[in-house]
Amino acid sequence: MDWGTIINNTLAGLLTPTTIAFALAALGLAMHFGFAGLLNFGIAGFMAIGAYGYAISVLTFGFPWWGGMIVGIIGSILFAILLGVPTLRLRGDYLAIVTIAAAEIVRLLFLTTAFTDVTGSADGLFGYNNSGGFTSANPFPPGSYGWGPWTYNSETLWVLTFGLGVLAVCVWFLWALMRSPWGRVIKGIREDEEAIRALGKNVFAYKLQALIIGGIFGGMGGIIYAAFANVSPGVYVTSITFFIWTSLLLGGAATIWGPVIGAVIFWTLQAFLSNILPELALAGILPVSGTQAATLRFVLVGIGLMLLVIYRPQGIFGDKRELTFVK
Amino acid sequence: MNFLSVGTSKRLLKLVIVVFTALIIGLGLLTSPAQADTVGDEFDYAVLGNVKIKGEPIGGVRISVEGPSYKADTVTADDGSWLIGVPIKDSYSVTLDQETLPAGIAVLEGGASQEVDLGLSDRVVKNFFIGEGERNEVSFVDQFIARLIYGINFGLMLGLAAVGLSLVFGTTGLSNFAHGEMVTFGAVAALILGVVLQVPIWAAIPAAVLISAGFGWSMDAGLWKPLRKKGLGIVQLMIISIGLSLTLRYIIQFFIGGGTEQLPGFDSPKINLFGSVALSVNDLYSMGISIVAILAFAFWLLRTNTGKATRAISDNPDLAAASGIDVDKVVRIVWIVSAALAGLSGVLWAYFRPGIKWDMGTQILLLIFAAVTLGGLGTAFGALIGALVVGILVETSSLFIPSDLKYVGALVVLIGVLLFRPQGLMGRRQRVG
Repeated sequence: MDWGTIINNTLAGLLTPTTIAFALAALGLAMHFGFAGLLNFGIAGFMAIGAYGYAISVLTFGFPWWGGMIVGIIGSILFAILLGVPTLRLRGDYLAIVTIAAAEIVRLLFLTTAFTDVTGSADGLFGYNNSGGFTSANPFPPGSYGWGPWTYNSETLWVLTFGLGVLAVCVWFLWALMRSPWGRVIKGIREDEEAIRALGKNVFAYKLQALIIGGIFGGMGGIIYAAFANVSPGVYVTSITFFIWTSLLLGGAATIWGPVIGAVIFWTLQAFLSNILPELALAGILPVSGTQAATLRFVLVGIGLMLLVIYRPQGIFGDKRELTFVK
Repeated sequence: MNFLSVGTSKRLLKLVIVVFTALIIGLGLLTSPAQADTVGDEFDYAVLGNVKIKGEPIGGVRISVEGPSYKADTVTADDGSWLIGVPIKDSYSVTLDQETLPAGIAVLEGGASQEVDLGLSDRVVKNFFIGEGERNEVSFVDQFIARLIYGINFGLMLGLAAVGLSLVFGTTGLSNFAHGEMVTFGAVAALILGVVLQVPIWAAIPAAVLISAGFGWSMDAGLWKPLRKKGLGIVQLMIISIGLSLTLRYIIQFFIGGGTEQLPGFDSPKINLFGSVALSVNDLYSMGISIVAILAFAFWLLRTNTGKATRAISDNPDLAAASGIDVDKVVRIVWIVSAALAGLSGVLWAYFRPGIKWDMGTQILLLIFAAVTLGGLGTAFGALIGALVVGILVETSSLFIPSDLKYVGALVVLIGVLLFRPQGLMGRRQRVG
């Protein structure tokens, strides 16, 4: 067994554009579920709209990269409004079913061959980072940066810097929001909607605003993911939503840093398992084939999610008194 | 789904594309001088052909390939050639869209849809005999009736799964996201009995349903009952069911792999009913079995004491408990019945698709939810009617919209129902929060 490679790949998983993208999505979910108590199971749809909004506006309409990213964000805002207006008056588990269905509709619309010219259907989209000028906006000269497992070429470094910048702004924004009067109302809605309504607040408007802000974070997660990899409809499946939920609950839903650290732990752990399990199978320690070993880590995710919700629903950094599972 | 090695897989994809381009060019040198319009060239296997009339190539003809778990379409290039990559060796139906042929030209032999089988070779050639002639077109009414019957079949099978989901929701308040895996479980149980252990299929299917029932019992005994005792909220329970769904789904993939498996007798002969409407023997059996199972279920729910107790708990659990109903025992029975019906639905769905795949249950989970919501959460017969509506909608909508969007229609209905009548067709207002 090549422990050097395994440890190297695992440590590299700590800081990748993928980790940053999913940390952003988890942050959006923290806004939705952790602070506002909204059961959004369609975060993959927000990511898909952000990513496709960016890629399509660059490729089809010739937008510059920053214009495309703004379109992606506007797309997520519109998606949030479209989802929120009809459903926010309904009970929590209804919202869960509607959001999951809406995310699937979005994915199927991007996947269908009917719009291949624009969406690329199953092949997805690529080349927008070059034609939109995101790659040439790179301030770093070509070369190798960093050390050990964190060695990046200038392109990856650019995506990382950009992604970390966006993440930092979003974390700061969420932190500032949550200590503002607005944030206290949002948390109040999570705890007791009727009480807040009795205070004369427009609960529906607050919920919709929360859905939009979290949706923007999710959309930006999709954009960062698209800035690094291709846009492919196979990524934005319901499983991704569940993985983001797992990383959110791991870190602690009603915390600012919980979703970020949860995402880092989750994706580092995924990197570790995807490296060690096939190695263990190869070395004959696990009596399974290589493909089976790769499947095993998703089984572990499922078991981990169940145990987490049963035994530590507040997550690693959460406060038991601020438990978000009301009712 | 290895997200962390996107870079590597991209390189691999590029390599595969390069290799395939070389292959196609090589093949082109052997057969025709120009290269074909290709889709799905990331796959190892392919169906290909040439559309020509008296040696004259026809470009722009739409060809589609549909298999148990995959479908794609392409348009022929100017030299009449086409190629569609397919993921697994299986039998596929190749359809030539006669609308895209020039006027007065039609497929002369074998019809516009023909079967090909990738048995021995990695690539199979399918050419259509076309020429001047009348199109043997299926009239819209016939197509509609055929789709309607498929839809009823599909709806009945969805209904089997939906009534179980609805009962569990009614008695425990749980929106069970692992219900899709209970559907897959039944199909996999039938696969293990019928194919691996070679039990005759008439015995394997009832046995698979019994095993599913046992699975439902063990899930309640091992997981849900202890959690009820622990007093977890419904949102927590729902997320736990998501974890359970992931766990079960990947355990199933662990054992049966990522491919598609077939149950014995999946390609039964077709019987012409009237006009050009044809149904396979399996479809007829499937509908018969669904109807018998639903009637038995209805009798159980309406006439037996347990059924009455179940409905009492759905209405008001506290009142039911106070009037001496053993809630835990009834919930246990509900889990058993729900899992058995889901398992049966899985076996029938395996024949309908056809094929058994590790995520087959997840594919229809949202349709089951749509059916349950449409009928009204927690009402068993509402769920059945909802399932029929969803099934018919899914099948008939493919006459009007691209068939890879056929599930979208049902999901839009799901959202629309929640928008305008959140209590569903049969539900009562107070269930909505």
